[in-house]
Amino acid sequence: MELLNAIVVLANFVLIPALAYGSQIALGALGITLIYGILRFAHFAHGDIMAFGTGIVILVTWWLQGQGIGLGPFPTALLALPVGIVATVLYLLAADRTVYRFYRKVKAKPMILVMASLGVMFVTNGITRLIMGPSEQRFADGERFIISVRDFRDWTGLAEGLAFRSAQALTIVVALIAMSLLFWFLNRTRAGKSMRAYSDNEDLALLSGINPERVVVITWAIAGTLMVLAGTLYGLDKSYRPFTYFQLLLPFFAAAIVGGLGNPMGAIIGGYVVAFAEMGITYAWRRVVGYLGPEGWEPAGLMQILPVDYKFAVTFGILVLVLIFRPTGIFKGRTL
Amino acid sequence: MTGYLRNVALFAVMGVALALTGMYQSWVLALTILNMSLISAVMALGVNIQWGYAGLFNVGVMGFTAFGGLAAVLIAMPPVPEAWAVGGFGAVLGLMLGAGTIFAAILIWKRLPPGKLRVLALILTLVVGYMITRFVFAPATAAIERINPATEGYLGGLGLPVILSWPVGAVMAAGLAWVVGKIALGLRSDYLAIATLGISEIVIAVLKFEAWLTRGVNNVVGIPRAVPRPVTLQQYDWVQGVSQRLGLGLSDTARVIELTGYALLFVLVLAVLIWLSENALNSPWGRMMRAIRDNETAARAMGKDVTRRHLMVFVLGSGVCGLAGAMMVTLDGQLTPGSYEPLRFTFLIWVMVIVGGSGNNWGAVLGGFVIWFLWVQAEPAGRWLMDALTSGLGVESALRSHLMDQSAHTRLIMMGLALLLMLRFAPRGLIPEK
Amino acid sequence: MSEPVLIGEGMTGGYGGADILHSCTIAVDKGQIAVIVGPNGAGKSTAMKAVFGMLNLREGQVRLMGEDISALTPQARVRKGMGFVPQNANIFPSMTVEENLEMGAFIREDDFRGTMDQVFELFPILRDKRRQAAGELSGGQRQQVAVGRALMTKPSVLMLDEPTAGVSPIVMDELFDRIIEVARTGISILMVEQNARQALAIASKGYVLVQGQNRYIDTGQALLADPEVRKSFLGG
Repeated sequence: MELLNAIVVLANFVLIPALAYGSQIALGALGITLIYGILRFAHFAHGDIMAFGTGIVILVTWWLQGQGIGLGPFPTALLALPVGIVATVLYLLAADRTVYRFYRKVKAKPMILVMASLGVMFVTNGITRLIMGPSEQRFADGERFIISVRDFRDWTGLAEGLAFRSAQALTIVVALIAMSLLFWFLNRTRAGKSMRAYSDNEDLALLSGINPERVVVITWAIAGTLMVLAGTLYGLDKSYRPFTYFQLLLPFFAAAIVGGLGNPMGAIIGGYVVAFAEMGITYAWRRVVGYLGPEGWEPAGLMQILPVDYKFAVTFGILVLVLIFRPTGIFKGRTL
Repeated sequence: MTGYLRNVALFAVMGVALALTGMYQSWVLALTILNMSLISAVMALGVNIQWGYAGLFNVGVMGFTAFGGLAAVLIAMPPVPEAWAVGGFGAVLGLMLGAGTIFAAILIWKRLPPGKLRVLALILTLVVGYMITRFVFAPATAAIERINPATEGYLGGLGLPVILSWPVGAVMAAGLAWVVGKIALGLRSDYLAIATLGISEIVIAVLKFEAWLTRGVNNVVGIPRAVPRPVTLQQYDWVQGVSQRLGLGLSDTARVIELTGYALLFVLVLAVLIWLSENALNSPWGRMMRAIRDNETAARAMGKDVTRRHLMVFVLGSGVCGLAGAMMVTLDGQLTPGSYEPLRFTFLIWVMVIVGGSGNNWGAVLGGFVIWFLWVQAEPAGRWLMDALTSGLGVESALRSHLMDQSAHTRLIMMGLALLLMLRFAPRGLIPEK
Repeated sequence: MSEPVLIGEGMTGGYGGADILHSCTIAVDKGQIAVIVGPNGAGKSTAMKAVFGMLNLREGQVRLMGEDISALTPQARVRKGMGFVPQNANIFPSMTVEENLEMGAFIREDDFRGTMDQVFELFPILRDKRRQAAGELSGGQRQQVAVGRALMTKPSVLMLDEPTAGVSPIVMDELFDRIIEVARTGISILMVEQNARQALAIASKGYVLVQGQNRYIDTGQALLADPEVRKSFLGG
């Protein structure tokens, strides 16, 4: 019984939230890693373009809600997703045409491309705030819980409750589908294979007749889709605020580097590593330990290794460990 | 020589812009912009040392600036004796224990032979060290934070003259940069960028949440001034004389004199820094740095320890950013951890360096002036622009009022465009590298 | 004299700066092996790259089956029937052997499974390892993948830039055997080789380049027998 209670507490406060958060980070990190593998630069505008795309989804969601259109128990945002994805991909392609393509042509150093992405970040940041404002926006609707704490207690008779929110379930399911589709695309289709080939050996890919501009377009399209998915799911699960999305840049990069820049599977695993570490290290373990310890005993402190305010420090710590001990990441980098 | 004349002309235009601001808006505003421009110029100089001399990409300018700013509090604020009495010993001991733990961990890793034993010893040291540190540290800081929380609740500083905090802030930021550089330099160039992005978020988190040190989000206000306050100045006869001669109100005159005082101090610092940077850039050391930047592989092949040189440049540049941070807190007279935003304190500085001319110290300085001026003036300009653009929508339009509310953000777009256009069409900046 | 399958005639040019090639001529007939040898810095690889369109010629022209292709990009030459195996980075390391071959056939719209089978017959080891990442194979096997990839477009000419660089003598012999087999299927082969003696032994024609100029042109056997060539270029 005590063990069960401990597991329930752990699942409720760490495992399920970390699984959802990890899926969101993984989707973002996948975009970072794809862009790095193909376009060969660290895309600093990632968080802000994610905020932009999610902003579009929110606007369309509001409009749909105003029209009385919904999906019943599912969030209306799902209906708005395609619009957001199309808008974001078009935005990215426009940025590529006007900004990045030039530097590709003159074979500029990667750092110049990074610098250009800073410029795009600024512009996107301004546009997003102009449209959405800097403050928090709500757009979640539909059924809030799949399992609520009270239901769970009633069913199981346990002292501890477990909540499974629909946004969390949705995140996990959508992320799984998106990742499976991505891997199917990369490993099974001609276009996907040509992307991997281009990432592996650019010159040989050119020699084989692979059109680099087409590869680049596909890359932006995939990255844009992943961004909007990650952003919308994060917004549904937690909340939408442009600045928070900018700050997600750090876990994204950390996840991508942990998994090896350019390696999609690595980015996914990196995402979950970062999420579980963040949650686990900033969680107050008192109740879990209390259940596991001897009867009637409870630890005096919170049993929290770091306060929640320092979740970035956890991400950073993982990054530092990887940089010191395995700079190429858990998996080797640049193998798309 | 035409290049030289052009550069002088560019600075002259900047001076005229400031003068016009003074005449048509207000002198207090013009001097406020000037002071922040000077500080921005120092920051840009720091970034330029890293990027322009060595090609190092520091995305954590904010962190080093804020950390340097902390020095102003630690040096100039009066100590809080009660706080020291209840927790000073514990806090200091805790910090030392924490540092000792990390030091021990490094020693273990370096001295013990690789294997399971080493990993086990490392983990054990870290866990035990952490627990002891926490045991000493947590109660001490909690006690400190309970002392008079409305106005104090922290250890305070040393009560020394605030100017001293400038070199101290530089040294603190440089020390932090040394740690970051040790970890992230010598790897892929993007890694330094990500690592600095991370450390700057952490520095801000520390400033925000370690209330025993910084009062956190409650801010430290009333930091002793480097120049007498306007209220004090107003009482002097000569200030009243100046006020009458200028025909300016007494309080405005006092404020103008105060700001001029700061401006003079900042100009002095900037002049010394430029003199040092120019000499460094033109010395054999500077030539070697640029050689490394332009062809790292060749430099490595010639037996240069590139990573060590990079570490040195990174530490120096971050130190300059820290100095600027301390200057800024001194000017503001307060430390407000909540106000540090990466866009403003990291990325805007980058716009300054790129627009001004990376690799050229004067370029970075000019960039600091131009971009800060535009940043301040773009806000009313954005409002005006948005007003003009939406005037067709009618006064009652909800969209119009929304856009007007958010019009301040147009300056972000303008800055981004400035960066992109310069990068594309004049990548060497307003004052290119020689 | 009939027109060769591929000829670079009177080629003069370089990488922008000073000319590296001076009126240099390289040709190969159908199903034959032509080898370019010469001392270091003689412009062997440059000559091959010139034939493949990787540097601009100031003078001279390149003809494939009589057609002037001097103005075409390397990619366009691939479509015309030229296969090229670079010296370095000539495979996709993280992709499987089979995927490497597929990428070789990227420009083909038709069914290329037959060609892949032919490649597997030529290099049986690749069939066994077709699900393995190419980067994990041994040096000699990787070269086989590289040659196989270039064969997937069913080229009329296969160009190899130092295919035996960095492999052991045993592997080198095997590679040469394979190359002879490829030639037997009717594909002309033009290669640059550091191991001049062994390469000339299998060559129907040899080109000895010195300072970007043709010094000797003859059959491989004749060059091997020529005391002058032996003394100056083959180490006695």
